[in-house]
Amino acid sequence: MATIRLENIYKTYTGSQPAISGLDLEITNGELVVLVGPSGCGKSTVLRIVAGLETPTCGCVFLGEHDITTLPPQDRNLAMVFQNYALYPHKSVRENLMFGLRMRNVPTSLITERVERIATTLGITPLLDRRPAQLSGGQRQRVALGRALVREPHAFLLDEPLSNLDVKLRIDTRAELARLHRHLGATMLYVTHDQEEAMTLGDRVAVLHNGRLQQIAPPLDVYRQPANVLVAGFLGSPTMNFVHGELDEERGNVCFRCSAFVLTIGDTHRLHTTRRDVVLGVRPQDVEVVTPPGADVTARVDVIESRGNDLVLHLELSAENGGHPLTIVASSEENAAVDDRLSLRFRRDRLHFFDPDSGVRLH
Amino acid sequence: MKRWTRWSVLAGMGTIVAAMILPLYWAIVASLTPETQLFAAPSLFPTTLVLDHYCALFAERNFWVPIRNSLIVASTTTAFCVALGAPCAYALARLRFRWNAQILGVILAVTMFPQIAIVSPLYLLLRVLHLINTYPGLILPYLTFAMPLTVWLLVGFFRQLPRELEEAAMVDGASRLRAFWEIILPLSLPGLATTAILTFIYCWNEFLFALAFTLGPERQTVPVALALFRGQYQVPWGQILAAATIATIPVAGLILLCQRRIISGLVAGAVKG
Amino acid sequence: MNRGIRKTSTLGRREQQLAWLLVLPALGTIVLIAFFPLFWTVWDSFHVHDLRMPWRGQPFIWFMNYTEALTDARFWEAVAHTMFFTLLSVATEMIVGLLLALALHHSYRGRGLVRAAVLLPWAIPTVVTALVWRFMFESPSGIVNAVLIDMGLGSEPIVWFIHTTTAWVPIILADVWKTTPFVALLLLAGLQNIDPSLYEAARVDGARPWRQFIHITLPLLQPALLVALIFRTLDAFRVFDLIYVMTSGGPGTATEPITLYTFNVLFQNLRFGFGAALSILIFLVTFTLALLYIRVLGRDVIGASP
Repeated sequence: MATIRLENIYKTYTGSQPAISGLDLEITNGELVVLVGPSGCGKSTVLRIVAGLETPTCGCVFLGEHDITTLPPQDRNLAMVFQNYALYPHKSVRENLMFGLRMRNVPTSLITERVERIATTLGITPLLDRRPAQLSGGQRQRVALGRALVREPHAFLLDEPLSNLDVKLRIDTRAELARLHRHLGATMLYVTHDQEEAMTLGDRVAVLHNGRLQQIAPPLDVYRQPANVLVAGFLGSPTMNFVHGELDEERGNVCFRCSAFVLTIGDTHRLHTTRRDVVLGVRPQDVEVVTPPGADVTARVDVIESRGNDLVLHLELSAENGGHPLTIVASSEENAAVDDRLSLRFRRDRLHFFDPDSGVRLH
Repeated sequence: MKRWTRWSVLAGMGTIVAAMILPLYWAIVASLTPETQLFAAPSLFPTTLVLDHYCALFAERNFWVPIRNSLIVASTTTAFCVALGAPCAYALARLRFRWNAQILGVILAVTMFPQIAIVSPLYLLLRVLHLINTYPGLILPYLTFAMPLTVWLLVGFFRQLPRELEEAAMVDGASRLRAFWEIILPLSLPGLATTAILTFIYCWNEFLFALAFTLGPERQTVPVALALFRGQYQVPWGQILAAATIATIPVAGLILLCQRRIISGLVAGAVKG
Repeated sequence: MNRGIRKTSTLGRREQQLAWLLVLPALGTIVLIAFFPLFWTVWDSFHVHDLRMPWRGQPFIWFMNYTEALTDARFWEAVAHTMFFTLLSVATEMIVGLLLALALHHSYRGRGLVRAAVLLPWAIPTVVTALVWRFMFESPSGIVNAVLIDMGLGSEPIVWFIHTTTAWVPIILADVWKTTPFVALLLLAGLQNIDPSLYEAARVDGARPWRQFIHITLPLLQPALLVALIFRTLDAFRVFDLIYVMTSGGPGTATEPITLYTFNVLFQNLRFGFGAALSILIFLVTFTLALLYIRVLGRDVIGASP
């Protein structure tokens, strides 16, 4: 196992904006880092650069102590699981698994032993003599995983390995991957657009947007303390609510004022500047439905989505210049109907403030 | 679909298929009709069928010779073109390098060369090399249209293979060439076969170069032999049509066996998607 | 940003070297055998090169061959024949081909067999096509004449190949018979690329089949139509085999296309310099058509770079 380090990576395709700008990323030995972001943010490109399938326009890639930037993919001893599995259609499952070891001139006895071992671990022994076309999606995914495992590489690269599976299989396989990682202690770089996978699998989550790294931190930190609006808006479902307004001081208390409501925050949030424009961020789960006395604001119910376990309520705050949407998550016990007016309270310890221009988090 | 529309479409199809087949059917029937009855009272379903013309073809005219010549020239050209064209097509389809698009454009342009434009210098060149009326003297000129055709078709096939297969092979430890040999080549065998068939058909049917670069029956190919059939007193239609039927058999066989592949191969090169 | 730039270019260079290694044999052959002779033809066209009179050498005569060509009556007749042939056959093939493609598109039974049957005329040697059709139009009792007389459309058998106007009929029919399948298959592929849900949406909106054809089929078929049109025009312009075998350009030179004229100049009259000039003129026309083709569909055809 080894460390993967990306230093100042730039990738530009001729005649367009850079796909990746100034990326610095380190994945320590045995760590699983999830690279996450919306489509087109460059995460697959990063993976391909580490694999050697693309060369960066600028910058270096290190595997352990070695600079592998110019090393062709076949010499890097990394294993990759592709989104579409990329199993060799004309070879049996066994031959697929053997391929990488054959390329490295591993002795046949050792190959057989390893293939059987991995097949048992992944439960694909009965499939060894079948062709990929005869396998289901889930089985193919396992074979793709097996092909990577059998090589015992320095590190694993996974490109959205679960996105082609249906939901139930996805969740089961996710747990299995987590188990596998714990068992192997392998260095893994995992790319996905699914924020749930990011939160559940990663030792650390790296959020990428427009080719730039926005934040890299353990999942809970990225969730609780997002570095900017992009990160805050990407993680968490339903998406975080954002309200433009301004912070002000009033009678010794800091308060947030916007066209729909005023929040007294108290001086527990020691913000560095007073009287400024900010963007308030609050997750739908952090807005409570309360009885009128303790409420910050009331809102009209627009759309109700029942998720079985809870309710997602799309509300409309009345503001001076028209309505402002607000999404909250409430318990399913809540008896709300369309056009009802609900009294809401924002949890003070779960408020986020961001700079309106740069989007950066304010403390 | 409405009943009558379906029937009218079927009827239309039937007519068209009949129109396509009828001339050939007529030619085959005529080739089996005795000489005296050839122009007597033509009917769609003749009563007497004889093999006289076919026998005469081989007994009197040695029709084996042009068949042999065509087979040798077409097979050799095809083999050469596929052997050299496949790596070239792979590089053009998959490898990133400057001038890639330009080279493709050049190859496409050459497929549209009018043969007449290069027949004269080729003739002079072959004359200097003493290759007129020889097998190399035909194979070499055939490369002018067969090679670009092969490369063009194969580029289309290679492009259809998913890129991730080679990438997976490379990450697994195979060099580009090894990946080509172990993964790409086996998977493109159908494409190679189709290309070979199409190239063979083009070579078999070729006329202008064969006419210009051969002098006598020893090296003439089937199309030329057919065109230069001479009868003593009158045009020997019976034998000509028998020869024509024979000339058609290999091509017809190949078509019937692989029509779907051939069509998709042709179309892949011409129409996008 | 400079660190690593020099290094990253070596991987790209390696790939370039491999690419050139693979491409060179085939490309070299093509350049040698196709381009080199082409340049030689150009060179020859500026000289006198008469194989019957080798003592004259090969004096340089500037554009005299070209002026001779452009003032030659037989040349312009050949051009007229070629254009006449091209226009008539391509127009017919496009229309019949479209009808055939539409029919093939809507039929479900026996598709494979029908397509094989339809493909056959295209695949057989042109020489065979020419002979078969010549046979059918033979007089006095080729089958065409027999049928015409039987149907009462004439009292005497027509001697097709004696008169100029009638000689074109079997020629064009033979060409249409031979190449319509290719057009039909190209258009069929284009038709199959059209999303069927467009037609369903149109039907729900109340459009009759004719309107669907005009507003959905034709516009979306345009790329395929263009490809077929340009391909066929290129091929029709270069017609040689068919006419050589059917009429030898006759009666006299009444059906002689430009390629046959050039061929005769080269191999009957052995005037290689003049023939070269004619060849180059033909080449220029096909080259223009080819450029047009690449221009119109270039990016799609040459495709995205890897």
